[in-house]
Amino acid sequence: MSILIDNATRVLVQGITGREGAFHTGRMLASGTNVVAGVTPGHGGKEVEGVPVFDSVHEAVATIAADVAVLFVPAPRARDALFEAADAGIRLIVCITEGIPVRDMAEVMAHLPRRGARLIGPNCPGLITPARCSAGIMPSEIFAPGAAGVVSRSGTLTYEVVHELTQAGIGQSTAVGMGGDAVHGIGFIECLQLFEADRETEGVALIGEIGGDDEERAAVYIRDNMTKPVVAYVAGHSAPPGRRMGHAGAIVEGSSGTAASKQAALEAAGIPVAASPSELARLLGEAVKRRRTT
Amino acid sequence: MDLLEHQGKALFAAAGLPVLPADVAVTPEDAARLAAVVGLPAAVKAQARTGGRGKAGGIRICRSAGEVEAAAAEILAMTIRGKPVVSVLVEQAVEVHREMYLAIVSSRALRGPLLVFAREGGVDIEELAKRDPGAIVRSPIDPLLGLCDYQVRDVVAAAALDPEGPGAADARKALGAVVRALWRFYHDRDATLVEVNPLVLTQDGEVVCLDSKVTVDDNALFRQPDVTPDEPADEREAKARRAGLAFVPLAGDIGVIGNGAGLVMSTIDQIATMGGRAADFCDIGGGARSEVARAALEAMFAGPPVAAVLVNIFGGITRCEDVAKGLVEAIKAAGVDAPVVVRLDGNAAEEGHAVLADAALPNVTLALDPDEAVKLVVDIARERV
Repeated sequence: MSILIDNATRVLVQGITGREGAFHTGRMLASGTNVVAGVTPGHGGKEVEGVPVFDSVHEAVATIAADVAVLFVPAPRARDALFEAADAGIRLIVCITEGIPVRDMAEVMAHLPRRGARLIGPNCPGLITPARCSAGIMPSEIFAPGAAGVVSRSGTLTYEVVHELTQAGIGQSTAVGMGGDAVHGIGFIECLQLFEADRETEGVALIGEIGGDDEERAAVYIRDNMTKPVVAYVAGHSAPPGRRMGHAGAIVEGSSGTAASKQAALEAAGIPVAASPSELARLLGEAVKRRRTT
Repeated sequence: MDLLEHQGKALFAAAGLPVLPADVAVTPEDAARLAAVVGLPAAVKAQARTGGRGKAGGIRICRSAGEVEAAAAEILAMTIRGKPVVSVLVEQAVEVHREMYLAIVSSRALRGPLLVFAREGGVDIEELAKRDPGAIVRSPIDPLLGLCDYQVRDVVAAAALDPEGPGAADARKALGAVVRALWRFYHDRDATLVEVNPLVLTQDGEVVCLDSKVTVDDNALFRQPDVTPDEPADEREAKARRAGLAFVPLAGDIGVIGNGAGLVMSTIDQIATMGGRAADFCDIGGGARSEVARAALEAMFAGPPVAAVLVNIFGGITRCEDVAKGLVEAIKAAGVDAPVVVRLDGNAAEEGHAVLADAALPNVTLALDPDEAVKLVVDIARERV
């Protein structure tokens, strides 16, 4: 078991003929992922890394069934590509693209539920179920199959924590990078819900950062709904207000969205909050061990 | 990016939103000349990217060209809430009958725009909502449907314009037109915030945008060709931006470079926890190659001297070897003599360590894990102060 993707997942890559799209298609294939089709309008009939390319998502889905789309489409064309994937019946869309306008994402988020499609990202590294499926750009080499769920707003912090977990002999069920934009798809709560229901997952590491109130809402959700242990880390305690810290959504606005308020909310809900990424891996290891012995 | 009042108003005018005759001056003499063009009495208004201009004395009503010149001289010398006044707007003054508040703001929680109106301008909205809930409209706008007619009617009703007053029907119509035009503006201009505070009803029964606060989505600048961001005031930030790097200047003395926004934020936090202070946030990004690492180091050294530098890289897709090569090149080329602590882990970390060992740069120290790297750089910086 795992969440969202497994070895039955059939991945379609939108923007497969671009530099990033082609490179990461090769990496996804090398990690054992079932990449069945690619789409770039005007490039139908070609092959990239042995994967057939189609002109449209509809055509690809009709010819070779696919249920997950990974997007490497440039920001100005991402909105349309997201609509296309949803309208073609893709159930899970993973948008790697960074820099999509807020207006476009608001329109996409209003449309996707009408088609029953879920979104991860944008501006995210995607997700991975180690040794089974990688839908995105996470470095599969540092992952190992196991019982730890990871959900994060930061790519490299995820790698940092996962690397420590793997070194400590703690594998991962699924790791989800939800992305760094203010308007985004699946968040902490949806992932926590799925991890709680997943038989394989025994504990979850939540990696947050400044901006918005996703962590505060997750804290309440965990307190009221989670039986599995959750440990957390929040980055950006020393970020100056009003400045975007790399991610479009990582910004303290006035007095809201601070790391201190997020940490306080998580602690108030009884969730251990680590002082560093390496401590987060330690805390999760201990929590899973405790759960196994009780 | 945040627009200055006069930049926002120029776009307002082009979008058919009612603004008063006005122009911008950067010298007191120019301001005095403009007074004759826009008409007297005139308001002289500080142009600075901050609120609280009125309270700070940055807005004056003047009755003569001489008064305008004197006010402009004073205001141009001001710094308001830490922001320098870059110019003054000289604007025709009007007799205000009523002040209202109108805004459209992108809401993270709603994942879309929110229309906000208040019957009274310049007041605390939360406080007004408690005192008189009927005086406030907060209405989410569906991103696909756009602004609906009923939402416009809600605003006009909440405004409670005196039905007996002269021209009340015209004023209601004008207010509705402003709400519609503001939504078009918000949408077409890729704004994430448009605020008119105050939106006024003049003694003559006109509805006018007396102020403008506009934030344009940085991600949408590619389709807003006439909105150009200012060059950052900080030399390091300007240099980093030209190289396509995310850079935020900070006040400390430890230069920080890392890959990934979260990792760099986390590194800065760890430095603070150990009693040090970071000089910057610099993210060289996911697939960083050697020239990017070099550009980052060069940007950092364009600013005030740092006591020490920490390079914290976790290679996912990034090959640590490439980053190491870029660092060695940049350190040699720029003659960097400040101590540099380097932590490389993940993809091609061993090859990266070998590159640094071969270069044998005397000021570079290799740290084996992130916690050790932070401790080391904070200790070194402390010794050098």
